[in-house]
Amino acid sequence: MSKINFLKPDKANLNTFLYLGSFLFFISVLDVFLNSFFSLNFTSFLPSFLSFLLPLILGFIGLYFIRIEFSGIKYLDLLNKHINTNNFNAILSLLIIFIILKSIPPILSWFVIDASFAGDSKDVCSGSGACWTYIKVWMRRFMYGMYPNAEQWRINLSFIALVLLGSVGYFATDKFKKYLTLYYVVIYPLIAFLFIFFFISGGPVFFDFSYGIIAAIISIMIGFFIPNKYKFYYFLIVPLLLYIVLKYFIFYEEMIELGKLDGLNWVETGAWGGLSLTFIISFFCLIFCFPIGMAFALGRRSNFPLIRYISVGFIEFWRGVPLITVLFMSAVMFPMFLPEDFFIDKLVRAIIAISLFEAAYVAEVIRGGLQALPRGQYEAAKSLGMGYWKMHIFVILPQALKLVIPGIANTFLALVKDTPLIFVVGLLEIVGMLNLAKTNPEWLGFAMEGYVFAAIIFWIICYAMSKYSYNLEQKYKTDR
Amino acid sequence: MNFKLKDIVPQLVTVIAVVLIFGFFTYNAQINMENRGIDFGYGFLSQESSFDVQFSLIEYDGSHSYFRAYLVGLLNTILVSVIGIIIATILGVIVGVARLSNNYLINKFAAFYVEFFRNIPLLLQIFFWYFAALRALPLPQDAEAIFGVFFLTIKGLYVPAFVWQNFNIFFYSIVAAVLAIIIIHIHSKKVQENQGKQIPVFLISLGLIFILPLLGFVLGGVRLSFEVPVLKQLATTSFIYEGGVSLPPELIALTLSLSLYTATFIAECVRAGIQGVGKGQKEAAASIGLTPNQVLKLVIMPQALRIIIPPTTNQYLNLTKNSSLAAAIAYPDLVLVFAGTALMQTGKAIEIVSITMFTYLTLSISISILMNWYNKKIAIQEK
Repeated sequence: MSKINFLKPDKANLNTFLYLGSFLFFISVLDVFLNSFFSLNFTSFLPSFLSFLLPLILGFIGLYFIRIEFSGIKYLDLLNKHINTNNFNAILSLLIIFIILKSIPPILSWFVIDASFAGDSKDVCSGSGACWTYIKVWMRRFMYGMYPNAEQWRINLSFIALVLLGSVGYFATDKFKKYLTLYYVVIYPLIAFLFIFFFISGGPVFFDFSYGIIAAIISIMIGFFIPNKYKFYYFLIVPLLLYIVLKYFIFYEEMIELGKLDGLNWVETGAWGGLSLTFIISFFCLIFCFPIGMAFALGRRSNFPLIRYISVGFIEFWRGVPLITVLFMSAVMFPMFLPEDFFIDKLVRAIIAISLFEAAYVAEVIRGGLQALPRGQYEAAKSLGMGYWKMHIFVILPQALKLVIPGIANTFLALVKDTPLIFVVGLLEIVGMLNLAKTNPEWLGFAMEGYVFAAIIFWIICYAMSKYSYNLEQKYKTDR
Repeated sequence: MNFKLKDIVPQLVTVIAVVLIFGFFTYNAQINMENRGIDFGYGFLSQESSFDVQFSLIEYDGSHSYFRAYLVGLLNTILVSVIGIIIATILGVIVGVARLSNNYLINKFAAFYVEFFRNIPLLLQIFFWYFAALRALPLPQDAEAIFGVFFLTIKGLYVPAFVWQNFNIFFYSIVAAVLAIIIIHIHSKKVQENQGKQIPVFLISLGLIFILPLLGFVLGGVRLSFEVPVLKQLATTSFIYEGGVSLPPELIALTLSLSLYTATFIAECVRAGIQGVGKGQKEAAASIGLTPNQVLKLVIMPQALRIIIPPTTNQYLNLTKNSSLAAAIAYPDLVLVFAGTALMQTGKAIEIVSITMFTYLTLSISISILMNWYNKKIAIQEK
């Protein structure tokens, strides 16, 4: 056996160094482990300063001893390569291990061990842990806001129906695949709107809006039999005409009667809230901001200077101001700009404001995609004799949108994360409901539980979305 | 000139539509204001505001004008943004570099941090810090001193105040040091280009920035003392710290959440920037005999910064705009003071909201113009 130089661990004395180093490292981790899990301190005979630093010093020496390159032991080499490349890394690794060990017990005890789950009053929450009873009692409020308890099945049913209808794309056969875009861009939003308007909001079944839908459905059905040559003029004139006829001639007399044909109980938007409102707002803003953003992205790249300037002005304006001021504007300034007897619901105003705001960001993202396409694509499309719209719909946009999937997903993520801001216009989604529940005199002092609960929900939603967008990106990655 | 109808019609239609919409809005606004008896005008800015603001950088009370209140709000916004940007940058760069570390634990720890804070709404984080975390702090009388001079209590953070004597001299000495450093930089560059000699610029700069102010202390009679906050009893159960500088809990919660949140985005920018520099660049630089430090300074950083800076500036802008969430926890920023309190008092919705938006707009657009100029300057000159 050769002479051992403790300042230079080498392969010749591998076993000595390995046993000694592992032992020291093990002791240091064990010390911290016992200290944090069982609050034992077997170095208490030392001065407190030294006792505090001892695990770090021991662990450092231990890691120094086992840092032997090409030892031939697989796991040792892996360890050295990943957490023990040099002194600095060794100290950082040790610190992180210690932090994790130290933070597990308090977190675990707060979340689970000392927490109270049972019961439905504040009295059970006497321990030092979290009071999940609070969440349990307030669950309905956090999910549905002030929506009447007896009517909440309407929200559930609508959401289930919308999720089912939304997942049609996965089950569509090849025959229907070409209609999917049409379905998702036009039909699905319409169905969703009807669901939310008639089902969640409730109220009379027949009123102005219904005539529009009836007119649209009838004219589309007849439209199939109109020769292509006249289709454009047909759709320009007939639906409007039909609407007027329906509204003022056919149903006019019966309107008063029909107006009384109440559907479900009407629930005003002020009572909507909680997580379901978060979903409703995110959903509609997402639907609206995409086409608006696309229009302004094309406008910004347009050859017409006036259209370009207007688009640039729109985009830069919305991107330059914070969302909270936009919502302020929709709350206090926007009603001033409308005719006096014209009233727009505050939820609708909030949705319009957020959609316009996010549309500007979507526009910039799409513009990035449009700019990233090589000129050759435009020139090739033009040389085939395609016009502006044909070129964009069939050649440019499909490629550009593929390029910007991550950017769009980020914008949508930002949108979901921005929804709590609607407290400005007086709507309370989940974070707003938390703040309301927190001030309830019966349940004071549980702010932490509420925020942690909401944070977990948002985190799951946002993380899932970002992972999904990553998958989409991988799926649509085309080599060019 | 070759006017085509096809070119003009779409533009004309768009312009007419925009003009019509704006006309419609203005017309309605006029009628509405007439009906409610509100007159349009910015004259209220010079009127007495008669409301107080909790926390202000400049002297302000109810007897000052609305314009002064606007300035108070603006300065508070800038204060929180600047502190937030500094902390977020430091944290973001550290985390971004840690994300590229070959140490598995550090790498995962940084990734965890980024994924965790990025996916929780900022407003929720602000509420969490303000209503949950900072409320768990001790009362002033129970607070323990940190390093003997800082007091972190439920009523805010109390730090010692600097009390300067002959502050002017100190200030001028720093200005002189900065000027001297700039001159030395220019000179050393010239020397290196002409003669190939290298001057240890960094050491000289470090020396200058310490020695010149130190001279001020020794020769110029500059004195610095600290005013440490002292606990004072107001009533039997009410205590407060006097002296020193107090940072209200709103400010702490806001800067903390803003910087923790924005740092995740900056970290991703930094990571993308460093990864964006090709491996070949590093190898080529090493093969022509540059030292690792020189490789980093002369080859990697200039290229990485070109990728890092534009998105990072965007994040700075976002942070500044996000600081308007202060209104939710009653930190007196521009939105709360001006678009909140002042609007309630005057009822001048259009004027006040437009001024607020215009302020943010000016801030963003001036920074993006600066950025575009910078981008053009550092862009690779392609032949």
